[in-house]
Amino acid sequence: MNKKTNEDRKAIVELENVKKIYKLGNVDVYAIKGISLKIYDGEFLAIVGKSGSGKSTCLNLIGCLDKPTSGRIKVLGKDISQFSENEIAKIRGKTIGFVFQMFNLIPTLNTIENIMLPMIFQGVKKEERMKKVKEIIKLVGLENRMLHKPNELSGGERQRVAIARALVNEPKIILADEPTGNLDSKSGKVIIDLLIKINKERGTTLVVVTHDIELASLAERIIKLEDGRIVEEKIRR
Amino acid sequence: MISEYIKIVFINLKNRKLRSALTIIGIFIGIAAVVSLISISEGMNIAIKEQFEKMGADKIIIMPGGGEGMFFTFGLAPKPLTKEEVNKVASIQGVDIASGVLYRVTKVSFNNKAKNTYVIGISKETIDVVKTMQQYELEKGRDFSSNRFEAIVGHDFAYEIFDREIKLGDEIRINEYNFKVVGILKKIGTRSDDMSVIISLDNAEKIFNTRDEVSMIVAKVKEDIDVERVASEIREKLRKFRNEKKGEESFQVQTSQQLLYRIQQVLGMFQILLIGIAAISLIVGGVGIMNTQYTSVLERTREIGIMKAIGASNIDIMIIFLIEAGAIGLLGGFIGCILGIGIAKTIEIYASSSGFAMLKAYTSPVLIIFSLLFSFFVGAISGFAPALRAARMQPAEALRYE
Repeated sequence: MNKKTNEDRKAIVELENVKKIYKLGNVDVYAIKGISLKIYDGEFLAIVGKSGSGKSTCLNLIGCLDKPTSGRIKVLGKDISQFSENEIAKIRGKTIGFVFQMFNLIPTLNTIENIMLPMIFQGVKKEERMKKVKEIIKLVGLENRMLHKPNELSGGERQRVAIARALVNEPKIILADEPTGNLDSKSGKVIIDLLIKINKERGTTLVVVTHDIELASLAERIIKLEDGRIVEEKIRR
Repeated sequence: MISEYIKIVFINLKNRKLRSALTIIGIFIGIAAVVSLISISEGMNIAIKEQFEKMGADKIIIMPGGGEGMFFTFGLAPKPLTKEEVNKVASIQGVDIASGVLYRVTKVSFNNKAKNTYVIGISKETIDVVKTMQQYELEKGRDFSSNRFEAIVGHDFAYEIFDREIKLGDEIRINEYNFKVVGILKKIGTRSDDMSVIISLDNAEKIFNTRDEVSMIVAKVKEDIDVERVASEIREKLRKFRNEKKGEESFQVQTSQQLLYRIQQVLGMFQILLIGIAAISLIVGGVGIMNTQYTSVLERTREIGIMKAIGASNIDIMIIFLIEAGAIGLLGGFIGCILGIGIAKTIEIYASSSGFAMLKAYTSPVLIIFSLLFSFFVGAISGFAPALRAARMQPAEALRYE
């Protein structure tokens, strides 16, 4: 039944027989051995698997951070291999929002500046940026941490800054790579709730790569990767 | 958006203060050297030009010694000019007055103290010509009369050398002869002029024990006569008289225009040399910026990955790193300009306190603008390769960088 719902939805990102081979010295490492996958508008997808199974590589490919060795990736129906690097940068900036395990904030910038950065790259005007930042900061509950640098924030707070940064350009899809991996369970819970809230209330597609069974179990669809291939797909009611 | 990038750049530079400062030093030393030295040489150029303008274009100087210019005659003992040659020059059509000047460094004593200085013998007729040429002006007293042992002394010689200031009517002793000081000159600004003692040519011959010899010939050309033409006529006549071939003269005839041209030529060469040295130091500074920027790109690999992940294009990254390198250059240039002006002014003050009032520093706005632009471009060009490396990083790889 759920599957039917997904078929009614539009696919945001499509992977068609995508392979990724890394060169490690003279050795070819087959990170992804052929994955076909559609990610639908508004869904919450979890990608699980052991470390080395290729899930982070898969997420990088979905997020256009990496290019496939072969196969095709479509974002909003368009084949990205046809795009220039600058056009792909534009897609990353406008359509996709990233949340990383290591937070990946710019250490020299404060909360507001970190959140604003994606808008600066998209050429958003200053008044517009301020308006947006205020709205987003309220959403993630960091009103009293606006001028703090990342090293003055707790892990949970840092991840909330990262989520705010991912959301600020109103992307179609948020890609989160082990978003709770570096957090204690309490802060992890806050982050999970926040991500789900964004998925439910704003309809932003959410793709999470995780070890966290609890987090994965909340997803509508779970994909299990093993050795660079999808070995299992579960749809939760 | 550039203003936002500039903000990011300054946050980055502030975050590695020491390294930024060290890199900036590499630039500002070169710029400071250029600005100070060119300011001084420009100032000198202007002062010399003024001096020559005051001196007037109608004077011709004939000096012993051959060679291409007055700067290459050191160490030679050239055949001296003679009184007969003075008369030859005076007889040339277009020459108003021509006279010999005889000078030697000799011991002059006053108040039981002796001092070596220039003693200059000038004939009564040419005293006005020499006075305008050298810009001698009487502060007090009068010119000497040729038949008496009378002297005019320079400002510093009168007021600074001896325990007691020389007053009009005092006697000074030059080589066993007593001279009465009848005039004191105003300060001129060059030590050798302010230290000199001027007496009549006849007296000079007496005390130096010479009869026929002069140190140089000074001639003034009549009004509305072409100075260069007269100069070449003098050259020809003396050459014939000395029986010398063209190009092998044992004397030089120089107009004030030629002299000015020669000096400016030397100054110009000096400036080119300075610019060369500065260029080398700026290349070194540029390599310093390149090095810093490569390190910075490497250190911030992960940051570059993050920026790309959140939507920065290659061009955005390129611009950020170029602005950063340019800013280092520009900051270095700015500090260098301030320092350079400071050094030039210090040299000016020091020079004027030791008798070279003529040495003025002149920093033109063009020099400042050029230095700033140049330092910015040195930075940006040196930063280009590192910026390109940063821009071309693959985001996924950059993000994996530890």
